[in-house]
Amino acid sequence: MAEALRRIDTSQEERYEASQSTWDKIAESQDFKDLMATKRIFIVPAFLFFVVYYFALPVLVGYAPQFMSTKVIGEVNLAYLFALSQFFVAWLIAGLYVKAANNFDRLAKDIVGKAENSKGGK
Amino acid sequence: MNISLVMFLLFIAITLGITYWASKRSAGTSAYFAASRQIKGWQNGIAVAGDYMSAASFLGIAGIIAFQGYDGFLFSVGWLVAYLTVLLVIAEPLRNAGKYTMADVLAYRLKPRPVRAMASLSTLTVSTFYMIAQMVGAGALVKLLLGGYVTYNKAVIGVGILMIVYVVFGGMLATTWVQIIKAILLMAGTILLSILVMAHFHFSFSDFFGAVAHVSYHDAKGQEVVKDFLQPGLRYKPPYGPLDLISLGLALIFGTAGLPHILVRFYTVPDAKTARHSVVWAMVLIGSFYIMTTFLGFGAATIVGPDFIKTHGGTNMSAPLLANALAGSVFFAFISAIAFATILAVVAGLTISATTSFSHDFWTNVIHNGVERRPGEEVLVARISAFVVGAVAMAIAILLGPTANVAFLVALAFAVAASANLPVIVLSIFWRRFNTAGAVSGLAVGLLASIGLILVSPSLMAIDPPTVTGAARHLIQAKAWFPLENPGILSIPLGFIGAIVGTLVSHEPTSQHKFNELLVRSNTGLGAERAGAH
Repeated sequence: MAEALRRIDTSQEERYEASQSTWDKIAESQDFKDLMATKRIFIVPAFLFFVVYYFALPVLVGYAPQFMSTKVIGEVNLAYLFALSQFFVAWLIAGLYVKAANNFDRLAKDIVGKAENSKGGK
Repeated sequence: MNISLVMFLLFIAITLGITYWASKRSAGTSAYFAASRQIKGWQNGIAVAGDYMSAASFLGIAGIIAFQGYDGFLFSVGWLVAYLTVLLVIAEPLRNAGKYTMADVLAYRLKPRPVRAMASLSTLTVSTFYMIAQMVGAGALVKLLLGGYVTYNKAVIGVGILMIVYVVFGGMLATTWVQIIKAILLMAGTILLSILVMAHFHFSFSDFFGAVAHVSYHDAKGQEVVKDFLQPGLRYKPPYGPLDLISLGLALIFGTAGLPHILVRFYTVPDAKTARHSVVWAMVLIGSFYIMTTFLGFGAATIVGPDFIKTHGGTNMSAPLLANALAGSVFFAFISAIAFATILAVVAGLTISATTSFSHDFWTNVIHNGVERRPGEEVLVARISAFVVGAVAMAIAILLGPTANVAFLVALAFAVAASANLPVIVLSIFWRRFNTAGAVSGLAVGLLASIGLILVSPSLMAIDPPTVTGAARHLIQAKAWFPLENPGILSIPLGFIGAIVGTLVSHEPTSQHKFNELLVRSNTGLGAERAGAH
């Protein structure tokens, strides 16, 4: 162990480091803006949808218990079916996100590749 | 000899073997704290699920459903759906921009010392409270299962020593594998129990739900009643019940993504994509598990019955008693051993997250300004603090004793995570204007609001009849000032307001300038920590 004094905060030597202007340039590049827009188009609606869908459960069960006790299949009521549906909706959103995220990865890879290349060229 | 005891010892032997194996691979900081970032996606997914499915879920949920029916199942729903916040908002930016703790992400743009000190305090609070709840549960459980062999104090000390051994010698690698084995055992046990419950009803869902709709038991006044356990409202009654339910939902949805022992798991994988896949793996396991709590809880209510459970160890014994009723003492021993493994693995996970935060955030970065004075110092400090954390948790658990009302500690851990940790993580990733004063005041307000509201909630404030004595009595003998058991509905907005107001009253140009760096790093993974031995 040669390095007796080693900085172990964020400024470690093997990390990609760049000047303020480089970060600003990447952040303002069209590639990065496209990445952020692509992410936003999926993540914002997905997040809002699941929050609304989830909180519909305690609100309905809490404030409309009679309605939610309506029996649908045999003894099984609306409340139980709605609770059960939450699991499948959560899995569905997770699955859709993984699919959408492949696009994010592709866009991010381009940005990282360009940044590392321009650094290597200096 | 007691079969439960044999199974406990078998689990302990296997996990100690793993710890020995891991100890030879835990040299170096990233190896010790993050298992060299070489854990595979599915492995980490199982470990996340293992860290999350505590004794509170396995024994607690089965018990709540067995006694309060449908309302208990609502916990199960929230505990899975919460992972969407982790998946969509937190896991990937955290893995891309951080190193070992959530404070790494905050320290990018903000002044590291005050922010890390507060984040470390909040992490230690969450981990310690959660751990004490687990330890008291462990002691009470082991006493019930092995009454003739082990006392409460011995059980607490045993659990404490084992968790210290895992963490001190095996680091994150051993903790991860203990978690994986436990999660697989827990899933196997739950699947077996569910199948046996359905076999009892001749695999007819209509017979099963028919029985669930007519559960008979004796209420508090000794009257025999028949209740439809599928009907909502048995636990959360008006006037405040529905609001408490929403408040609980908020704490789960926003708190899970702020639990330190879950967040550290995302640093053990090679990159953000693997972190994402591990969340999905965890969601599959956690979701399947919580759906099966239907069979565990309703099975215990219909096959064993609330009356029998009440006189044979109480709510938390519902699942083991169900196993006993369905398949006899060997299966009872197996399920009990799983419950024990669950507690042991979760306390180990909590310990490693607490010690990582103390040594990485507080010792190295706050006290020593980010400089490790000798190689290996950070790991050494973590190992020492694991001893301290373990000893403190053991001492408090023994002081409180087996009858202590500790369920509120879990609610408190989620409330602090949701009200203090989550607002500052989210604002630091998404809000350019955010600064150090905002982070410090957000963490402080979230922490104090959660603790303060719980102190004056019905969990700690109530008037007990004189028959209730000792640790089971409420701390403050007066009518509760805050009517809800879950403070989230008030403390989460307060945490956000604290962070926003703190930001607006101060100016910190560097934090705004460095926002682009964090934005690019967290969204692209440029310069993210790589897997490797060092």
